[in-house]
This record gives sequence, C-alpha cells and structure tokens, in this order.
Amino acid sequence: MAEVVTMPKLGFDMAEGRLVRWVKSEGEAVRKGEVLVEIETDKATVEVEAAVSGTVRKHLVNEGTSVPIGTPIAVLGDPEESLDLESLGAAPRASSPETAVPSRPVAVAEPSRPALILPSPEPAAGQVKASPLARRLAAERGLDLAAIAGSGPGGRVVKRDIQAALQDTPPASGPVGETERIPVSKLRGLIGRRMTQAKQQVPHFYITAEIDAGRLMALRQEWNALQPEGHEASVNDFVVKAAALALRQFPNLNASLEGQEIVRHGQVNVGVAVALEEGLLTVVCRDADRKSIRLISDEVREMIARARQGKVRPDDIQGSTFSVSNLGMFDIDHFIAIVNPPEAAILAIGSVRQEPVVEKGQVVIGQRMKVTLSADHRVTDGAEGARWLQVLRGCLEKPLQLIL
Amino acid sequence: MAVITMREAISQALWEEMERDERVFIMGEEVGVWGGSYAVTKGFYDHFGPKRVRDTPIAEGVIVGAANGAAMAGLRPVAELMTINFAFLAMDQIVNHSAKLHSMFGGQFALPLVIRTVGGGGRQLGATHSQTPDVVFAHFPGLKVVAPGTPGDAKGLLKSAIRSDDPVIFIEHATLYQLRGEVPEGQILEPIGVSKIQRQGEDVTIVTYSKMLQTSLLAADQLAKEGIEAEVVDLRTLRPLDLKPVLESFKRTNRAVIVEEGWQSYGLGAEVAARLYEQAFDYADAPIRRVAQKEVPLPYNRTLEQLALPQVEDVVRAVRGVL
Repeated sequence: MAEVVTMPKLGFDMAEGRLVRWVKSEGEAVRKGEVLVEIETDKATVEVEAAVSGTVRKHLVNEGTSVPIGTPIAVLGDPEESLDLESLGAAPRASSPETAVPSRPVAVAEPSRPALILPSPEPAAGQVKASPLARRLAAERGLDLAAIAGSGPGGRVVKRDIQAALQDTPPASGPVGETERIPVSKLRGLIGRRMTQAKQQVPHFYITAEIDAGRLMALRQEWNALQPEGHEASVNDFVVKAAALALRQFPNLNASLEGQEIVRHGQVNVGVAVALEEGLLTVVCRDADRKSIRLISDEVREMIARARQGKVRPDDIQGSTFSVSNLGMFDIDHFIAIVNPPEAAILAIGSVRQEPVVEKGQVVIGQRMKVTLSADHRVTDGAEGARWLQVLRGCLEKPLQLIL
Repeated sequence: MAVITMREAISQALWEEMERDERVFIMGEEVGVWGGSYAVTKGFYDHFGPKRVRDTPIAEGVIVGAANGAAMAGLRPVAELMTINFAFLAMDQIVNHSAKLHSMFGGQFALPLVIRTVGGGGRQLGATHSQTPDVVFAHFPGLKVVAPGTPGDAKGLLKSAIRSDDPVIFIEHATLYQLRGEVPEGQILEPIGVSKIQRQGEDVTIVTYSKMLQTSLLAADQLAKEGIEAEVVDLRTLRPLDLKPVLESFKRTNRAVIVEEGWQSYGLGAEVAARLYEQAFDYADAPIRRVAQKEVPLPYNRTLEQLALPQVEDVVRAVRGVL
C-alpha cells in the first residue's frame, strides 16, 4: 500500500521547506520513526521521521529543492507493487497550508496499474538553476548565484550573466579593512522579517525589575555539587522554571492574540533563545511548570546541542507560549527583548552581578540580576506585568520552591 | 593542389600503395573484372593482374576470414565489403578474429588488414542497405575505425590504414564518392586517431565525421549568416577517439552539438557527450545536444528517408538550442 509523504509544516509560519538530504534513498527500507529526510525550514535543519514503515519507492523532490508545505516529496510503499503516482495524488502540485499534514498518507494506490514516469519537478525557489560553467565562474569570483538573473532557458544562469554581473558588481570579498557585501542568510532574513513585524505591529511595553539572586546562586552551587558531571543546571534553567510557575498564575502572559480572541494556552511551553552563528533560534521546553529543574536542564541542554549541530527536531522549535532570552553570560547590565509572535511576552535576563546593597541599614555585598519583561499591550498591561514580575521575584528569591 | 573526387582520392591511395608495396592486394565482390561496385578499383585488374585484385564469392565471412589468414601470413590485404550492412555476415571474423588475434596470440601475429566498406543512407536502398552502424565496430577494442569526410582525408587516411599493422575498418560514405575536394599530389599520409578542426568558430562546437561533416559545414555556413560562428571538429577516426581538439574547442565555446548519421541510442553522441561531461563539466554552459537519425528502420520512400536522416536544418536547430 503506497503512501505519499508531503512536505511537513515545521513551524507556525513555515510556507515552504528546502529538502536538504534524503537520509533514505530510493529502494531503501525505512521503519516508522526512522529519519527519512532532512528538511531546512527558515529557522533550522530538521530531521523528519517516517510516519509509516515501508520501502522508499520514489523521491519526488530532489535534494536542494524548496517546495511549499503539503507538496508530495516521496512515496513509501511495498517494493513489489506498481505505482500510479497520479492516482496517489503524488504528481507535483501546489497545495495550501491548510491541507498539509506532516508525513501522513493521503491516498492509497490501486495495485497492478502500470508505473508512471513523472516529469522531474521544476526547480522551485531556493534552488538556483545555473550551468556548470556559471557555477564555477561564480564560485571563483565570489558571486552569489541567487542574486544573478539568469538569461538562459528557464532562467538558467549562464556565462554571459556572470560576465554581466562581474561588470556591475565589485568583488564580494577583499583584503582586511575593506567593505564587504554579504547576502542576508535565510535565517537572518527570517529573523529580520519577524522582528520587524513584531516591532511594528505589537505595542510593546517594558518593565524592569532587579532581583536578589544571592540565594539562587547559593542554591545552584549546592544543587550542582550533587549533580553528575555534565548535568549541572544553569541560572537560566532556574529562570525557566520560575517563569513557568509564575505564568501558571497569569494566563494573559501565556497567551496569543488571534484576531478578536486571546488564546490562553493550556500548556506552559517556555522558549529559550539560542544564539547560533547564523542567527537566533528558540528551543522549546514544554510543560516547564510541571518539570523538575533536572529535567528542564537536561532537555534544554540537549536541544541547544542539536540546534548548534543544525539537527533540531520539529518539536524542539515549535509551540512555545512564552520566551526567555538570557545574555547573562556576556556580563551585561540589562537589555530589552522584542516579543516573539505569536507569544504575548518575553523575559530578558541580565548578568548576575556582585553589588553593594543596603541590608538592615548596612552596606553589604549582594548579588543582583536585572530582568526586563516585554509584553504585548493588546493582551496584557503594565500592572499585570508588574504583578507577574513580583511572583517571579518571589520564586527566584526563595528558590527552594523551584526544586520542591 | 588538384581538386578531385572522393572516389578518385580513394582509388589513388590504393593504386599508390599497391605500387609501393607488393604485399598489398585487394579482394572482394566484383572488385576485379567489374572494377568495384562504386568503380573505385576500375583499371586495377588490368594493371595489377588477378593475383593482386581478386574477385571472391558472395560470402563475406570468407572474404574477411581469408584476409585475416593472409594478414597473419605476412601479406597486407585490403578486403572490400560491398556495404557495411553485409559486414554483419562477417561479424565473427571481424570481432572474434581480426580484433583479437594479435592479443590472444601474445603478439605473435600482426594483422595489417584493411576492411574497406561503404555505409550510410540517403540513396533509397531500403532499410537493410542504408545503415550507418559505424559505432558498432568502434565498440570493439582491437579494431581501428576510420571514416573520412573529405577527399584529402580519404586519401591520406587510407594510405595510413594500409600501412598500419592493426586491422582497420575503413568506412566510406555512399553519398560522398562524388564529393570534390583539394588533395595534395603525391605521398600524403594523414595520421589515424587524430581529430581535425575543419572550421573555426567561437560560439559552439559541432562534433561530427564522415557525411555529417558536410552537413555540419553547410549548417555552419547558414548559422554564420545569423552571426553564429560554429567550430566544426571532424573526428575522422572513431577508434581510437581523439577528443583533445574537441575538449579544447568546448572549453572555449562552452557549448557542443554532436552530429552523427547513425541512430542516437548508445551512439557517438552519447559517447562524446559523456566524455565532455566527465572531463570538462565545469566548462558546460548549456546541456550538450545530439543530432542523429530517427529511431526507425530507414524508410525507402524518399521524403520519409530524408526526414529520418539528419539534415542541415536539424543541426541549425540544435545549435540554436544550446545558445
């Protein structure tokens, strides 16, 4: 029984995905749950697993090609059966996001029909059509093929286009000290679009609070002394847990604005911003209010490792309801983050610093951490944000409750 | 320089080599008293006598078999097969003996044998007498396969073939005997296994040989009127294949069209294109195109026959397709 695998939707605003690599080649058997293919979304490269067991009968999309979500990308089936790709609905087509179901069968083959040879799919956006010569010349001269309009058949970039581009453009790379022009990467472009959208459309307000982190640091030290090597918790892990507990009490901050409705999410899924070389990614700790520090710490550590290797899974990066962004490791005082739509709020964490503080009329050495909440005024307001910060402060200043 | 026909050029080569070396002799159907089905050996019988111009039975296996034996024994036979279509009857002798005796006997025997034969379509001789299976012979290591496209090359290459110690299949095109061209007087030798640029150009490389050289040159003239300068490389020898001038040309023009009269499947175009992709992939600016005979037994009907054979227009269209 042949089944069609479609381009999965791996993020709420994902419109298309680029097929990076077929992990299973044509003719290869694949078990349900095994990684079938690597898909690059705007944000990351994701390993997509097979939803059913079978043999990979046909790849419908070539490596390096981008197709809209819902587009058939492969047919799984019995190695013996004949395939009628048309009746399977596997002929290349455009499809709307609504119909997209990740890696799910959409139709069943009628057996014993003659096999149909498909025309190879047209290269979609993302893959540059260029002659081998043009590719070589572009590589030698440091030109970005994607930025060059092709004049060959079907828009193929050919030699004359490279020559024309060389006359227009200064060399892309020069000696140290010279101005460089670097094309915007896919991830950087996406961050730019989303942040512009958030800054323009979300009416932000900001509240900063200074938190006494003395007990938290002491507890963390004690805690980590008891953990096996490699499982030490970060300050951020405690913040994630504290934020999650506080969010449980303030559903408006764990919410999304959808049209005329505010969606108060049932789960508290805390996104943790991860800096990558090519940009920023948010990994998601689900049900963080119900998880132990140990579990939060291990999960987040693993997800960050995967993100840095470019191997995140779909679940790693989708479904967050609130975000935490921590620049504490860079010795900064405090900063203000931009809300990450469709979430309603984000918390920016500064460094824990030793400071002179006044306790009972005495100046003593204390440890302080500044946090700033940025929130969507359409969903919540300053008073609510301030009360939430109070609860957060309570959790972090009496941190024992975080490990109970 | 004298302008003579291809027929005269081939005839001169045979005559000169027979005069030069008395081990050279001719055998085949109607080569003697009749003077050859294409009149190439007219007058040879009277001049060289029945011992050196031997008429044979209509038995191609015998012709090549006897030529193999004579070559092994030290003579230099020029065996004529009336058409290449009849060479299939001698296939065992050609493929299993001519091509292999030298290596299978550890080099004890040389086979200084030339099989002259006539190929090509376009004369309304029907499907079985009009084939261009040149690449079939070029498939076999141990044979040299030569197919000239000009009278000068025909003379120089045939003389080299006769002087070669290896078996050479020398394929003449049935429609080229009347082709006139400049042929240097006297002892000219053209090396086997060397391709030749027959027309210079910067825009596209046309790779071809034999009759299709003439077709390609006409196409190049037509293209030149549009300002497209095609470089035409004449392979002249299919085995050993000299790709060097083709590669050099392709690296300049970045575009290639391969023109052959035989069928496209598994043909010369596939071979040359594959080698270009292997050795000059990063120089390709467009997919390489092939022009070849339609994949049908060649029709007898003149209109259909011409439609099935590659024409000047087909070459022009293919060149436009790669630009």
